Amino acid sequence: MSTILTVNNLTKKFGYLTAVKDLSFTIEKGNVYGILGPNGSGKSTTLGIVLNVVNKTSGEFAWFGGDTSTHEALKKVGAIIERPNFYPYMTALQNLKLVCKIKDVSEEKIEEKLDIVGLLDRKNSKFRTFSLGMKQRLAIASALLNDPEILILDEPTNGLDPQGIHQIREIIKTIAAKGTTILLASHLLDEVEKVCSHVVILRKGEKLYSGRVDSLQASFGFFELKSDNLEKLKSYLSTNENFGSIKQENGLVTAILTSELDAQSLNKLLFEKGIIVSHLVKRKESLEEQFLALTKNANA
Amino acid sequence: MIRLLQIEFIKLWNNRASKVLIISYFALLTSIALVAAIKFDIGPIKFHLADQGIFNFPYIWHFNTFITGFFKLFLAIVIVSMMSNEYSNKTIKQNLIDGLSKKEFILSKFLTVITFSLVSTLFVFIVSLILGLFYSDFTEVSIILSDLEFILAFFIKLTGFFSFCLFLGVLVKRSAFALGFLILWQVFEGIFRGIIRWKFFDGETTDTIMGFFPLQAMFNLIKEPFSRLGAVQSVANQMGEKLALDYYIHWYEIVIVMAWIAIFIYGSYAILKKRDL
Repeated sequence: MSTILTVNNLTKKFGYLTAVKDLSFTIEKGNVYGILGPNGSGKSTTLGIVLNVVNKTSGEFAWFGGDTSTHEALKKVGAIIERPNFYPYMTALQNLKLVCKIKDVSEEKIEEKLDIVGLLDRKNSKFRTFSLGMKQRLAIASALLNDPEILILDEPTNGLDPQGIHQIREIIKTIAAKGTTILLASHLLDEVEKVCSHVVILRKGEKLYSGRVDSLQASFGFFELKSDNLEKLKSYLSTNENFGSIKQENGLVTAILTSELDAQSLNKLLFEKGIIVSHLVKRKESLEEQFLALTKNANA
Repeated sequence: MIRLLQIEFIKLWNNRASKVLIISYFALLTSIALVAAIKFDIGPIKFHLADQGIFNFPYIWHFNTFITGFFKLFLAIVIVSMMSNEYSNKTIKQNLIDGLSKKEFILSKFLTVITFSLVSTLFVFIVSLILGLFYSDFTEVSIILSDLEFILAFFIKLTGFFSFCLFLGVLVKRSAFALGFLILWQVFEGIFRGIIRWKFFDGETTDTIMGFFPLQAMFNLIKEPFSRLGAVQSVANQMGEKLALDYYIHWYEIVIVMAWIAIFIYGSYAILKKRDL
């Protein structure tokens, strides 16, 4: 498997603020990566640095093993950052022709890519007449023009209506299915959970986690319990070494497992102790809960 | 290089405002020929501008390059806005992400500036040549070809001015403010001249110092041609005044403007390189 992007100890300071702090990660060909983090965690800054628009303060990054200069490498990359930026007075077709010139690729793929994003019938409309969803789709078409080795998307569904979000996600899935490496920055977790195989989680410019999505979720899960005798239930759970923290919310007790325990055994144990539960569910954390837990832990 | 020019051409030519300005600019350049048609015929006073010797070779090179020099403001607007629009549309960011390096970006703008200057120079050369062949009293090849350095000076002057505009566009990022800054700079040079003339130096030293300022340096390249006109000279002679004329283009004037061009273009690149977009 070949490496597409290596980032080593990357740091970016804006005055006193450190937007990216000592960040390292690697992007391998063929995977779909997610960069997760709350707003202001340094996602866009990181992408800005590797995309040549933000100057790094220190650290290194290398595209495709570092044999080519950044701007040459970027010709093999398709990227969309935040808002779609095109010349408003030019038509979709003219804008894409310009991109072809910049990327030094032939113009024959324009129609094909416009078709993928469903804008072929609007190719002669000026960019400024497009809705935000259409602009975003045009941006994706533009990013695909060179059949990129990697597609970088920064908040691709930001500000779109549900229909627009759905269209963009379908397009991303189609592209991912073709084996294109994708790097998706988002704060929308279900988005990342649905398409990504790997994640990098950032908070305040620091890396909290980087690796496979499923190993992030490889915890023991937790129980949700309800009982008439909440106090007794809680005091028992806190003595049981299978559990870590125990929380109570609206009469629902949540107990986080620190080792393997199945629902049947717990039910039996509780019954033996004379605790009758009216509600017992064993669950695994969703990526969202994992993410919140991770970012909160780092906060403390 | 061709690729960079093509990129810029696509951006400019598809913009209606730029297109209109560029076309009107070249139309204006051509229209200097219409000056030839100025003819008053009011009873005893007969005046035909073309007969006053302004189209005589080699004077025409001087006259036409001086007059058409004023039209450059049209292209200045185009150049300032082609730079600042990249900022306001954020397309500069997208261009860089798409794989244009910052160097190529500035280079594509600079090449456009050179092209504009070159085409303008060619226009003025051809229009002057045709006008001269029609109206000049002398049409010997040796006379036609003398004083051609005004054409070179015209090219350098335009390139210098447009590079200044480009630099302001990069620096200020807003076309209206950049043009405002250009006017402000002109005023500043005027005030500065006034102050040093008033407090510190005599006229000659002041002129020398001012010759190093960008706009004055560009203006110095082609000095006003009117006092060189035969009619004006003869009037001055009758008044017993001898007009001291130094209308030649000096090599150091060209060097100063070339230095400014280098400073402006490199400055634009340095600013762009340092900036986070």
